[in-house]
Amino acid sequence: MKALRKFIDKQKPHFEKGGKFQKLHSAFDAVETLFYVPDKVTTTGSHIRDAIDMKRTMIIVFISLIPALLFGMWNIGYQHFLSVGEAPDHWTMFVYGFLKVLPIILVTYGVGLGLEIIFAQIRNHEVNEGFFVSGLLIPMIVPPETPLWQVAIAVAFAVIFGKEVFGGSGMNIVNPALTARAFLFFAYPSDMSGEKVWIAEMADTYSGATPLGDALVGNFDNLPTTFELFMGTIPGSIGETSTLMILIGAVILLATGIGNWRIMLSVFAGGYIMGLLFNLWGLNDYMLMDPVNHLLLGGFAFGAVFMATDPVTAAQTNKGMYIYGFLVGVIAILIRVFNPAYPEGVMLSILLMNVFAPLIDHYVIESNIKKRLKRMKAVITN
Amino acid sequence: MSTNFIIKKGLDIKLIGEAEKTIVDLNAEKFAIKPPNFIGCFPKVMVKEGDSVKVGTPLYFDKYRDNIIFTSPVSGKVDAIKRGAKRRLLEIIIDSDGKDEAIDFGVSKINELKRDYVIDKLLKSGVWPLIRQRPYSVVANPEETPKAIFVAAYDTSPLSPDYDLIVHGQGEAFQAGLDILTKLTEGKVHLNVDANRTTSKVFLNSKNVQINTFSGPHPSGNVSVHISKVDPINKGDIIWYLYPQDVLTIGKLFLEGRFNSTRVVALAGSEVKNPKYFKTYIGASISNMVKDNVSEYDNRYISGNVLTGEKIEKDGFVGFYDSVVTVIPEGNYHEFFGWLAPGFGKFSFSKTFTSWLTPNKKYRLDTNLHGGERAYVMTGKFEKVFPFDIYPLQLIKAVLVEDIDQMENLGIYEIDHEDFALCEVIDTSKTEIQSIIRKGLDLMRIEMS
Repeated sequence: MKALRKFIDKQKPHFEKGGKFQKLHSAFDAVETLFYVPDKVTTTGSHIRDAIDMKRTMIIVFISLIPALLFGMWNIGYQHFLSVGEAPDHWTMFVYGFLKVLPIILVTYGVGLGLEIIFAQIRNHEVNEGFFVSGLLIPMIVPPETPLWQVAIAVAFAVIFGKEVFGGSGMNIVNPALTARAFLFFAYPSDMSGEKVWIAEMADTYSGATPLGDALVGNFDNLPTTFELFMGTIPGSIGETSTLMILIGAVILLATGIGNWRIMLSVFAGGYIMGLLFNLWGLNDYMLMDPVNHLLLGGFAFGAVFMATDPVTAAQTNKGMYIYGFLVGVIAILIRVFNPAYPEGVMLSILLMNVFAPLIDHYVIESNIKKRLKRMKAVITN
Repeated sequence: MSTNFIIKKGLDIKLIGEAEKTIVDLNAEKFAIKPPNFIGCFPKVMVKEGDSVKVGTPLYFDKYRDNIIFTSPVSGKVDAIKRGAKRRLLEIIIDSDGKDEAIDFGVSKINELKRDYVIDKLLKSGVWPLIRQRPYSVVANPEETPKAIFVAAYDTSPLSPDYDLIVHGQGEAFQAGLDILTKLTEGKVHLNVDANRTTSKVFLNSKNVQINTFSGPHPSGNVSVHISKVDPINKGDIIWYLYPQDVLTIGKLFLEGRFNSTRVVALAGSEVKNPKYFKTYIGASISNMVKDNVSEYDNRYISGNVLTGEKIEKDGFVGFYDSVVTVIPEGNYHEFFGWLAPGFGKFSFSKTFTSWLTPNKKYRLDTNLHGGERAYVMTGKFEKVFPFDIYPLQLIKAVLVEDIDQMENLGIYEIDHEDFALCEVIDTSKTEIQSIIRKGLDLMRIEMS
């Protein structure tokens, strides 16, 4: 490994100020810090620091996404061969799905990281690792048949207008991955919904509707069993179908303390309670659906575990997190059941609550400020 | 009367190299007073290089509060007056003659003393700067009366000195110091002890003060934590605070009639061969402490603890308020795929490394940052090591945008930069939180004066 270190040290001057490649400084820095944790030492304040950094944090999230991603790849193959009436071995199904998903992942990272490096160079920052995760999240929440040029445009839109215009990772208001998804949803609706997009190279005679699509039009007889919903052998976006795999990811996130249990718990609680309320109301079949199925359908679990918990766009106070998460769950189910245009409500509900999160925090903090003022007044009046 | 406060949030960082409980004489040759130790003071020098000084001879005074003077801790000659950029005064170095000749300020009967006389004597002798004020951690203003005085009888920071050992056998001077303090405030003098660690009779048998008991991880020994639990600071409140050796010096001023600057300083840290306590005077050079007593790595010498201490050279001087010197290795190395490796044996508060499986392991930590600076991304982490009813991240952001009203609303008067040390240690974004908070406190001090 010494040879690599020597090579990097030798190239470094070219990329520093005055070097011939100084415009590529951020790119070089990103590559160098990928291989080596920098040799920077503390200068002020605490002399010792925790071993954790942004790269470590993001790799944990990345790892937690892997089970759902791998299952998603297999499921693409499984759904495809099911639609054409074949039943090859699991390995063939996986390879089929892998080859479908890989180009989407490559396009997402290519476009996204390229833009990130350009912006880091302009701002004279180091490249933020945030896109490391966003770049995997975006492929997992699109239908398998999404055209690559649409993916590229959506990623560019999300990175520039969802993140960089606000100042980059850490400053954004709404979740960049969901911004990309919303862009696709509203810009290319015909490619993003309906019955044709959820199964790769589907046989024409086959009905490719997702369970949510069926539910929306009242086809409750077509709905898979709760077990199938939990395992995820259903059509849907690439990484969202298997609640089991998503829960494995959740366990990784919670055990390492990277994911926020307050938000996850309250999103599920909000969804479940809204489902129960609909049961009591009971106007139509959709309202009477078992609330547990609501949590397993569509992108609910994926949204709760990986999207709502994004620390930058969620509420940032502990009390605020409960309120934020609960409302994400409630609104997601509300949109699902009441809105005839959108079969899925999770994306919109998280984006909506992203916008309201600072307001929730504001009131939580305001109560802390009031407590302080009250304490002061109590002293003065005594 | 005693109350027990249990602090739950916090973190004890366990390091190798705790000082062994023996005290030896240091025999330092040089001593220094470092004006940057005193926040908000503008020094006006009163001596020249080569001047002879006694213990208690004025060296300089504060330009804006000219009754606050800083005096020599030892007798000898002014060796050097060191200045930095923009002629900022950095150090006044005294060459000790070992004779310990002191200016006589007169012995007094403590019971009969009036407040004005006490203050006057503390100011003249140069003992006054030992008394500091919250908010802002500046030297106390003799024209003001604090609502209470806090003495922290223990320290919870990593490799902290054991004050039980330091005050052993000095009960009379300690009580005299406390009696003097009771004359300075209309409120109470609070002596705060640790429920488990503090066993010294010197502390536990103290009279005329309120003894409060605390337990829990660092920062449960921080003055801000004590104040927040016992008598919280509101806007406009003033509290004075000291540490046990400061109280001893005050007591001895009235018992012996001289500025007794004796200090016991712990030498600790993974790179020290024989970590132990040294008896010396305020501002001692660490040369003789660390000579042949540290490993041969590229080391960092810290006056104070690893969380809040000041980086000094290996022939530097102990800070005015410090009772410990820590030596740890520098971390100027590249680590191959350090962010990806399982990280056995690495210290982390998060559970992303395997270290949380071995909570009692003691670490040899270096000064590597372990990453690059980023915008704030993670949330809800600082709160776990921050035992105040304050929103840390929001306060940091208020300081960054210099929003004075918001800083005040969020409770900046109640904290000090040292309270954010643990937040800085565990920060995923590697920002310099203590400097940020210090800037906020300085800004408030200037705005409010």
